[in-house]
Amino acid sequence: MEYKRVAITDKAIEVLNQLREKHGDLIFHQSGGCCDGSAPMIFEEGDMYLDDSDILLGQLDGVNYYMNQDQFEYWKHTHLTVDITEGRGSSFSLEIPLGIRFIIHSRLLTDEENAELNK
Amino acid sequence: MFIKINKKMGYSKPKFKDKYENFINGKFVAPVGGQYFDNTSPIDNSLIAKYPRSQKEDVDNAVAAANAAKDAWGNTSAAERAGMLNKVADIIEANLEEFALVETCDNGKPIRETLNADIPLSVDHWRYFAAVIRAEEGTATELDANTLSMNIKEPLGVVAQIIPWNFPLLMLSWKLPPALAAGNCVILKPAEQTPSTATLLLEKIAEVFPPGVINIIQGFGPEAGKPLASHSGVAKVAFTGETTTGQLIMQYASKNLNPVTMELGGKSPNIFFSSVMDEDEAFLDKAIEGAVLFAFNQGEVCTCPSRLLVQEDIYDAFMKRVVARTKAIVQANPYDSNTMVGAQASNDQYEKILSYIKIGKEEGAKVLTGGEACKLDGEFANGFYIQPTILEGHNKMRIFQEEIFGPVLSVTKFKDEAEALEIANDTLYGLGAGVWTRDAHQLYQIPRAIKAGRVWVNCYHAYPAHAPFGGYKKSGFGRENHLMMMNHYRQTKNMLISYDKNKLGFF
Repeated sequence: MEYKRVAITDKAIEVLNQLREKHGDLIFHQSGGCCDGSAPMIFEEGDMYLDDSDILLGQLDGVNYYMNQDQFEYWKHTHLTVDITEGRGSSFSLEIPLGIRFIIHSRLLTDEENAELNK
Repeated sequence: MFIKINKKMGYSKPKFKDKYENFINGKFVAPVGGQYFDNTSPIDNSLIAKYPRSQKEDVDNAVAAANAAKDAWGNTSAAERAGMLNKVADIIEANLEEFALVETCDNGKPIRETLNADIPLSVDHWRYFAAVIRAEEGTATELDANTLSMNIKEPLGVVAQIIPWNFPLLMLSWKLPPALAAGNCVILKPAEQTPSTATLLLEKIAEVFPPGVINIIQGFGPEAGKPLASHSGVAKVAFTGETTTGQLIMQYASKNLNPVTMELGGKSPNIFFSSVMDEDEAFLDKAIEGAVLFAFNQGEVCTCPSRLLVQEDIYDAFMKRVVARTKAIVQANPYDSNTMVGAQASNDQYEKILSYIKIGKEEGAKVLTGGEACKLDGEFANGFYIQPTILEGHNKMRIFQEEIFGPVLSVTKFKDEAEALEIANDTLYGLGAGVWTRDAHQLYQIPRAIKAGRVWVNCYHAYPAHAPFGGYKKSGFGRENHLMMMNHYRQTKNMLISYDKNKLGFF
């Protein structure tokens, strides 16, 4: 069986489709820090400069999900589900004008998942 | 800061117009595209007013106005600029209660804080920069008998500032006065969660500055913030927020070869050594309050002391008192001046905080108090309230490593100085830290060994205008407040003057 670090809810996929229609190809980047940090941000592909220090956690309905390697060290034992909630976040994340915000729900990886994903 | 409880205990939601506009070139103007967004109060999720949903065209207009004004403004005398800054301070002070009430309504923080902290501190920052530009001087050095080197400070010209929603008027008052004092014109974008006090301020000070010197653009990050941060017509971008947006702004600035300053948050340790409990008197009482300051401003502070480190021999006795003090926090109607903790600024923040409490519990943290949303009655049932929460765990847990930006404290114990420092510095960030001790050696050595830009020693959450503030590591770079802030908004013009009549002799 294939184990994954990230998942996405159906409600969030609907928003992805809406944003894709307007902006084209997209990526997620997990933010850290103040204010609207510790939340996923979504941008047009190519807008953000990515390199080896950005870990690809997985693909959500065709959208890559990245996190900085330093942050990943503290997150790698957890599984993330991208969901959507009402809210007025700031930042440059593309869903904000819609009055909604991507949000992460986390759970611990099971022992089996952990053995496979963090070997 | 001494909390004074106003005689008038109960306030209520202030009155607003239906709709507000951008402030560009000395006038309130509608957004070019004619679009607005609904701004709501997190206290009860009720509508406040409509604010402009600005687009690139609005940003272009503001940048053009600022560029048209910059030469004349850059050549005003320090005395004139100081006079205007002082006028702003007087106007805020004369309307302190009104600003406090609007801020509470827009952000959700209790009126007790806005009356005693946000607004009086804002006043002081305007006065501080009015004062420093009257006192500071350039430098001149005689390099040899015939050569004089003169250093003259010149403004950058036009700067862009993007501020957060946790202290809306105070963050504006950290950003605008040094930039204006240095002789720059500014385009400032408030956060879309909290546009109100910036607009209220400009309504009251519209006539103070020449047109184009201050421009306020309201709207969303991707639509207005991004065009502003990437605009080739600005000479500098100052940003307070989170790391991903910080990286993007630096990318855009690199295209324009512009300088930036970044304040990107933290996960600040607050360290209590066993000597704080040597005696049970005023200082211990102060130290316990110092630990409970995690709940200040609902924990929505970049320097929230969100990691509590307590020496193991006093751990049980100290935590018993910290938990008791936390349980005594009054969380109720934010318009009541007895309320200590109000609403989180928005629903998405509220949801995010609850999801962190959940993963904390899953990772094995023990809930010492709180751990859930706070349900208030009546109209407040629609607001976003979280109980002040203390979670006991260890520093590798995600709740110890990520900025939750809520009233959530993660506590752990340490054996000795070495372990305290190891835990304190085991973080991606380095903005603030607290050290509490009666030991004279620890008072100096521990703060020096902590990798953070601001270490409070036997105090916390003080932000005087006269002390520089800023981050190490992923908390950003550049400093705010203090005279040194001015140099982030200026160039140095070096004039190298020869008084020698004789030629070099090369040609």
